[in-house]
Amino acid sequence: MKKLMLGNEAVARGLYEAGVKVVSSYPGTPSTEITENAAKYDEIDCEWAPNEKVATEVAAGACFAGARAFCAMKHVGLNVAADPFFTMSYIGVNGGMVLGVADDPGMHSSQNEQDSRHYAIGAKVPMLEPADSKECKEYTKLAYELSEQFDTMLVIRLTTRIAHSRSLVELEDRTELELKPYEKNPSKNVMLPAFAKKKHIVVEERTKKLTEYAESSGVNQAQMNNSKIGVICAGICYQYAKEALGDTVNYLKLGMVNPLPVNLIKDFAEKCDTVYVIEELDPVIENHCKQIGVKVIGKELFPMCGEFSQKLVAQLVLNKTVDSKKLDIDIPVRPPVMCCGCPHRGLFYALKKQKVYVSGDIGCYTLGASAPLGMMDTCVCMGGSVSALHGFNKARKADSEKSSVAVIGDSTFIHSGITGLIDIAYNATNSVVIILDNSITGMTGHQQNPTTGYNIKGDPASKVSLEALCKAVGINRVTVCDPYDLKGTMAVIKEELAVDEPSVIISRRPCALLKYVKHKPSLKVNTDKCIGCKMCLNIGCPAISIKDKKAVIDHTQCVGCGVCTSLCAKGAITE
Amino acid sequence: MNNIKSVLIVGVGGQGTLLASRLLGNAMVSKGYDVKVSEVHGMSQRGGSVVTYVRYGDCVSSPVIEEGEADLILSFEQLEAARFLPFLKKDGVIVVNTQAIDPMPVITGAAVYPNSIIDELRAKDVKVVTADALSLAEEAGSVKAVNVVLIGVMAKQLDIPKEVWIETIIETVPPKFVELNKKAFELGYSL
Repeated sequence: MKKLMLGNEAVARGLYEAGVKVVSSYPGTPSTEITENAAKYDEIDCEWAPNEKVATEVAAGACFAGARAFCAMKHVGLNVAADPFFTMSYIGVNGGMVLGVADDPGMHSSQNEQDSRHYAIGAKVPMLEPADSKECKEYTKLAYELSEQFDTMLVIRLTTRIAHSRSLVELEDRTELELKPYEKNPSKNVMLPAFAKKKHIVVEERTKKLTEYAESSGVNQAQMNNSKIGVICAGICYQYAKEALGDTVNYLKLGMVNPLPVNLIKDFAEKCDTVYVIEELDPVIENHCKQIGVKVIGKELFPMCGEFSQKLVAQLVLNKTVDSKKLDIDIPVRPPVMCCGCPHRGLFYALKKQKVYVSGDIGCYTLGASAPLGMMDTCVCMGGSVSALHGFNKARKADSEKSSVAVIGDSTFIHSGITGLIDIAYNATNSVVIILDNSITGMTGHQQNPTTGYNIKGDPASKVSLEALCKAVGINRVTVCDPYDLKGTMAVIKEELAVDEPSVIISRRPCALLKYVKHKPSLKVNTDKCIGCKMCLNIGCPAISIKDKKAVIDHTQCVGCGVCTSLCAKGAITE
Repeated sequence: MNNIKSVLIVGVGGQGTLLASRLLGNAMVSKGYDVKVSEVHGMSQRGGSVVTYVRYGDCVSSPVIEEGEADLILSFEQLEAARFLPFLKKDGVIVVNTQAIDPMPVITGAAVYPNSIIDELRAKDVKVVTADALSLAEEAGSVKAVNVVLIGVMAKQLDIPKEVWIETIIETVPPKFVELNKKAFELGYSL
């Protein structure tokens, strides 16, 4: 049976068919749907872990126990997981262990454009890169075979266009596997220097064997079309090249992007007069070619930033452009915004009124940086808001302590904000940390987390009490507010900024998109009372606009949250 | 390669463009085509400008559609139709929902929502099919059915029997929404 599947869904199918038993991940676009889909198979024990480091260690543990194990993450998640990642490379596996890492060229939903291939090279771990959903499934299964054959953890690298594109996949049955026997073996599994020194030698030998595999196994394939032009590529770039250049060039399609073959590339290049390396982001394949003495055209022609396309390839290789029509009018941009009824909106408006410095974090609330709220000063990485606020206040002391806050979501706080809060309590700055508890992991599309009381299957689970957790690490002042109540929220923020000790505010209100959240009827504007002052526009609600100098509320969008009503001095907005 | 058709589905995050692309993709699979669909997830889904690509034919390589390549653009909103016009092929068709949703720069007064987009499109010799999908969706029973109304309007422009669409709707949407969506499809199709 053939099915139209997302790349991520096909990886999950591959996990199922390969007999994988344990999957542990932290959500991150564009990798999230791998784990969501894996959780639909009862045969796989799936979980959302608090962060990628924990998830990788859980997979490592399952692999020690003799099961095939998996862990999915976005590219920046691998930064968090880098510690176990580098050392698991030395240890190798018992049951097969595979990581699915999704890069985001073009930064559709990411803070940077890092290229995960550098990690594979750095950790000396083999990496496969599929070019469509069919290969997503095939390579996932192949990854487990190679993992066990070569005694190594392995990475499947996806990019957004592979992870989030649907193409046809042939479904096969699951191969149920027995657990491999567990045998105590410290020289393999305990990375003390004495053991690790020996394992490093093993890793270097392994890379040689994997390079031989890359030369001859068929995972990397030359497709000769009687041309003098050659193209070396992998993943989505193969599809762009095929679309733009068709059968007019020869291809060396690489399915394994680390380690890269040497002789295969040399032989291919010898049969061509000109060889292009078409790869998004960094010149990884290109540098390898140059290192082995193969002359190629790469980043002197192709950009280092952003996504590629068939158009870009046609333009740069063939000098071909396409005519297109365009309207001669200014088209306003449409940036993403907080949804109608989003609980973050009221909180950010309250912060704006306080004119504070906001140390920001990663989640839907990062949208608080955009106009008209514009209430974010810095944002680096998951959990970074809390520790960066501590540093800001260390540098500026009393000067900034009364006028700065950190904002962080419930899931992000558990991911890595809690460690920063421990630092605030332990090394004492009078910092105010606001946890935006919307009872879900929002931006990635509603995943449960340790604060929601439910697990990945939607079954009831242990629930972290944020209040008790913050108190336990040494924060004595923990206050809860409702961000729909603007006045109350503003009062709490003012009070906590004034005190001379660290404090946490929990701004609590479930995400308006959650199914169990009941919406109220749309609010209405009394046009007799409305004076067109535009105060209600200051919260940046997409349902409110001005038509004929009066406020208008779009009834198809408004969920009746009521935040706008408290802004209207004339009482013109009513139920 | 020449028999490949490219359909661009554009709109505002939250309007249900993903279901529309899934329906179209599945309908083309049942017709026996090779199909690729490319979607947008994550941040841009939050009320931003969203675009989904559907391509089908004997053998599809790239899942994305570039400027000048779309045989059909299905736009859930007027401004998005204007924005993505450059993606339309020379003789392509653009199906536009007449709904207008102000983007944040318009709401804050930093920009103005352009007038008479549909006329501007026609003035460029573009084949435009319009529909008030919001009213039709309300008639079908839910404003959320805008996407399926528009699928109905688009279906008229594509060479696929109506039955295939209905079957695909039954297979793709949850059982309790089948009747609503069938009605929404009919209203769009019979425009």
